Amino acid sequence: MDARKGMQTMKTSLKLAIAGAAAAMALGGVAGVALAQRDPAYEAARKSGAIGERTDGYLGVVGAETPELKRMVADLNIKRRAIYADKAQAANATLEEYSLTAGCIAISRTVPGEKYQAPDGTWQTRTAGAPMLDARCPKNLG
Amino acid sequence: MNHAELTPRGAAATSFPTERRVRSVRRVVNIMPVLLGGTAMLGGCINVSAPDKPIVIELNINIRQEVIYRLANDANNTIEENADIF
Repeated sequence: MDARKGMQTMKTSLKLAIAGAAAAMALGGVAGVALAQRDPAYEAARKSGAIGERTDGYLGVVGAETPELKRMVADLNIKRRAIYADKAQAANATLEEYSLTAGCIAISRTVPGEKYQAPDGTWQTRTAGAPMLDARCPKNLG
Repeated sequence: MNHAELTPRGAAATSFPTERRVRSVRRVVNIMPVLLGGTAMLGGCINVSAPDKPIVIELNINIRQEVIYRLANDANNTIEENADIF
């Protein structure tokens, strides 16, 4: 009887250990996605102002359009669009509504020196102050 | 004394009473356009004219802003979860 009880306790603790490990792995996975860094080439292009955040939630080439920049921007925009489409559907919104909202936030998250598109369509360099946002953007951003 | 000598216009004196009435009516009719034109030119008139551009009420802007406010938190999370492409 005692031995059986001991076996049961062992089984339970083993189960708990497995569950704990699985939970840790799941958490690690989520954290891994959340902490994914920008590609160094993308980071450099942002920093130099070669590419900037557009008002519509996508990236744009600011100055001279090189094939590499064009390809990089297109690749990232396709990925963004796929995520926007997925999230928009989940939120019962249109792709355009969701991407415009993301644009508001992406512009407000730019750091000084990076480029962003003003509501009038011109490219601006982010300063320490608040960026020029679309009138429809939430006011508590930045 | 002759009837014709008593009036400045001799012909009028000789005309029948009915003919005279017709002429006075005609005179009034001739004056009418002048009177109407005079009232139209007075400064006190208020002229209401239709605008040359159609009146557009931008309801779209308010609806969109409301949607953006609703999506803001969601979009913020999306950007944080996909930091590699944002």
